[in-house]
Amino acid sequence: MNIQEYISSGILELYVYGALSDAESREVSTVLQEHDDVREEVEEIEHALQNLAMGTAPYNPEKLLASIMAKLNNGNNKVVEMQPSPAGKRQRVLMYISIAASIILLVGVFSLLSKNNALRDEIQQKESQQVVISSKIEETQSQVDQMQEELNQTQDLLEIFRSKQVYKIPLSGQKVAPDAYVNVFWDKANNKAYIDAKGLPEPPEGKVYQVWSLTLNPLTPTSMGLLDNFAQDQNKVFELENPNESQAFGITLEPAGGSKTPTMEQLYTLGTVVSNG
Amino acid sequence: MQPDDLILRLQKKDEKAFERLYELYSESIFGVINSVVRDEGAAEEILQDVFIKVWDNSPSYSSKKGRFFTWLLNIARNAAIDKTRSKAYKNKKKNLTHEYFVDILEHKSSFSSKIDAIGIKKYIEVLEPICKKVIDLLFFKGFTQKEASKELDMPLGTIKTRNRICINKLRELLVEK
Repeated sequence: MNIQEYISSGILELYVYGALSDAESREVSTVLQEHDDVREEVEEIEHALQNLAMGTAPYNPEKLLASIMAKLNNGNNKVVEMQPSPAGKRQRVLMYISIAASIILLVGVFSLLSKNNALRDEIQQKESQQVVISSKIEETQSQVDQMQEELNQTQDLLEIFRSKQVYKIPLSGQKVAPDAYVNVFWDKANNKAYIDAKGLPEPPEGKVYQVWSLTLNPLTPTSMGLLDNFAQDQNKVFELENPNESQAFGITLEPAGGSKTPTMEQLYTLGTVVSNG
Repeated sequence: MQPDDLILRLQKKDEKAFERLYELYSESIFGVINSVVRDEGAAEEILQDVFIKVWDNSPSYSSKKGRFFTWLLNIARNAAIDKTRSKAYKNKKKNLTHEYFVDILEHKSSFSSKIDAIGIKKYIEVLEPICKKVIDLLFFKGFTQKEASKELDMPLGTIKTRNRICINKLRELLVEK
């Protein structure tokens, strides 16, 4: 074996680290016993590493030796016998005093602990109250936001209803619903129609109102759309597209999803566009 | 340099020999433990446990298996790594840098008289990043050559030669005492 090559291979450093397998380590141990060069090299590596490791110690732990020695299990079971004290009576008094003191201390500690617990409970309670309050504030805030939004919508509608270029077409109740009434606001320039359906009764379950644009002679209905979510809609004003040259508007009650042609027996309201001559 | 007679006496439960060996090795072993657990109090506790184990298990050491220092290292690293696996410890120590021994040495101002402080300080200054990683894994964390090769994505042979270069530099900077 070429010893210099062996040394410079780096195996000895790994040997000191304990990074080799058991078999490899045993092998190095054998070489080390046979070659002084190798042993010296290992000792130098070890010395350097010990130095490096010592540098990372917080301090030289000499002071811990005593407590380690006290804990060593040294096999010959030295039992330290308690000597009866000549001043036994005095010691006993001292003992009673110290027991009493301990009890007082314990009582004190317990009462502090229970006070501490009570305070902690109180803090937790306060904290959970705070959570409830802050969630209420959030709720209120979101209600305010919602109202603000509704107000904005209403104002927008008002603007539209007041606009000069928007036609107002009143639709009056028909045979199935004589009391029903609807106003259509037709913004012809923007191809939009706003259906103010406050005067329609709530549609029965499974039914929906459908709005029709009508041209007369011959009577041709074109669906403009459905008044979806009628019951949930707050102001009952529905915005629909109307690119048609409408001469009249009608609203019928149709099965959910709407129909291709209006069910004339279920015509609720009807009105003609007067100014659109 | 390895105090074979002291080790032999330790194996026969000689307290004086134990004390001498403690003086020789405790500071470096303390350093290794501290580098792993990064907590002085915990390191003190572990050091005591380690030397109690050394006392109890000394008959199992044999120079045929390896160096006495290496045997101590293994006990210490295992105990320290066990500690870092405990849940309480994990909760306490988060986001710590990898090569902790470097941090310790960089921030340490007073060294005990046994150490060549100037050499060590100088070494940390010139230590290459790859050396820091290799020494941290192999020496302080007790990785095997294979494990380190996988962790660093380096061939086994390269680890061996690189590490030797890293340690040679350390030896150059340390004045023999």
